[in-house]
Amino acid sequence: MYSKKVIQHFSKPKFFGKIKNPDVIGTAGNPRCGDLLTLYLKFSKQKAGSRKQEKITDIKFETLGCAAAIAASDMICELVKGKTPDEALKVSFQDVSSGLGDLPPIKIHCAQLVTEALKDAIEKYKQKS
Amino acid sequence: MDYAATTPLDKKVFKAMEPYFSEKYGNPSSIHSFGQETQAAIDKARDQVVKFLNCKPSEIVFTGSASESDNMAIRGLLKALKRRKREGEKVHIVTSSIEHKAVLETCHDLEKDGVKISYVPVGRDGIVNLDDLKAEITPETDLVSIMYVNNETGIIQPIKKIGNLLEEMNKTKEHRIFFHIDAVQAANWLSCDTQDLKVDLLTLSGHKIYGPKGVGVLYIKQGTPISSIITGGDQEWGLRAGTENIANIAGMGAAIEQIKSQKSKIKSIIKLRDKLVKGVLGKIPDSKLNGPRKDEDRAPHIANFSFRGIEGEALVMTLDREGVAASTGSACTSRALLPSHVLMAMGLEELEAHSSLRMSLGKYTTEKEINYFLKILPKVVERLRKISGR
Repeated sequence: MYSKKVIQHFSKPKFFGKIKNPDVIGTAGNPRCGDLLTLYLKFSKQKAGSRKQEKITDIKFETLGCAAAIAASDMICELVKGKTPDEALKVSFQDVSSGLGDLPPIKIHCAQLVTEALKDAIEKYKQKS
Repeated sequence: MDYAATTPLDKKVFKAMEPYFSEKYGNPSSIHSFGQETQAAIDKARDQVVKFLNCKPSEIVFTGSASESDNMAIRGLLKALKRRKREGEKVHIVTSSIEHKAVLETCHDLEKDGVKISYVPVGRDGIVNLDDLKAEITPETDLVSIMYVNNETGIIQPIKKIGNLLEEMNKTKEHRIFFHIDAVQAANWLSCDTQDLKVDLLTLSGHKIYGPKGVGVLYIKQGTPISSIITGGDQEWGLRAGTENIANIAGMGAAIEQIKSQKSKIKSIIKLRDKLVKGVLGKIPDSKLNGPRKDEDRAPHIANFSFRGIEGEALVMTLDREGVAASTGSACTSRALLPSHVLMAMGLEELEAHSSLRMSLGKYTTEKEINYFLKILPKVVERLRKISGR
């Protein structure tokens, strides 16, 4: 049912864990569907007067969920690390799914869930700054 | 350790099936000797089932699966009930909220056709309460369908008590209430004497008793109205059209006969199950056994656990990578995305139901396997808890 990539990211996720003093935390999921996830993000500091946008320098996840949810969490971290908030927002659930060699149709919601958590984090970050 | 999902084919059963693939292939409906030798195989298998269920040969129908048997029991009975209902009176079925999907989905489907269905709840112990069941029975009730042993938790339902209750109620009732039980998970362990249990309809499966997949049995007590739901030929007393699957039917008979010799193994399986339960609860903090612990309330082969902070599918996937096969009641294994209806009916929190693990043992389970599982489980759980941060 799962591609090799899903199994890889599920059994050896690179981005799981917490970040101490993150700039922002994004969450998604609910107990009913059984998936609960938290993204911790840190951004590069913006130089005064600089037009350059800050970038995601570090990102980690904690996910209570199935193999696909864990793999998708790892994939979104891989996809957005080093990106600006606006670039990160452009990452779609399809990108997450195809990055994992396509999730099975009944697991697509896992990819949607991780993009929701990211969106939540970035919106909170934008409100803060 | 997933014997409740399916069991391996017993070697003796396979031997009983072997001649009926290419060597003896006659159609039992044929009059010539090729047909007669396969008809004899079906007769033999039927006798083997008859002994097990303490019934008559004419009361046994071989089907293609237990799901088909459940469907035949419920749909076939309703179809045959020609009783004239009063104006506005509906056909009424009482079942429980923890039934197998073969019964539950069939009832949901019939509901769409205007059949009235009552779903009796269970207590936290996962057992149908007799008073609750009684409360659902009305003058219009036609059928009560309750499973013998729950497939997710192994919890035994009070079938004999329900049989007695219905017998008592039928004495004064205007029309009979028929009683169907799904005995798929009970057959290996508990008495399926139909006289003693006082059931009218009983479902069995081949592949849960070390027999082949693709064969089931429906016991239909003489006098119980049933109409065929698969029409076309007069096989199986005209109740199930289609040329018989001789090899599977022979396998079903042989598998049922094997059950007797397994009874001596019950004690050793209980011992292994107890070791498993004690080991899991002792080694894993924040773990719990779902359902009662008392031996008389559960079949020996199933133990259902919940673990804080992990999700069942991820747990089953990780265990699979370590060489252990198990099951979960997590939604992530279903299209509905809802956790196990059985565990939810028992009042578990959603996250508890999502984190459930069903371990089920069988006659080939060894102490070595239990030891290995208990060795790997703590690190598997610890790792998934690290990932979840819970």
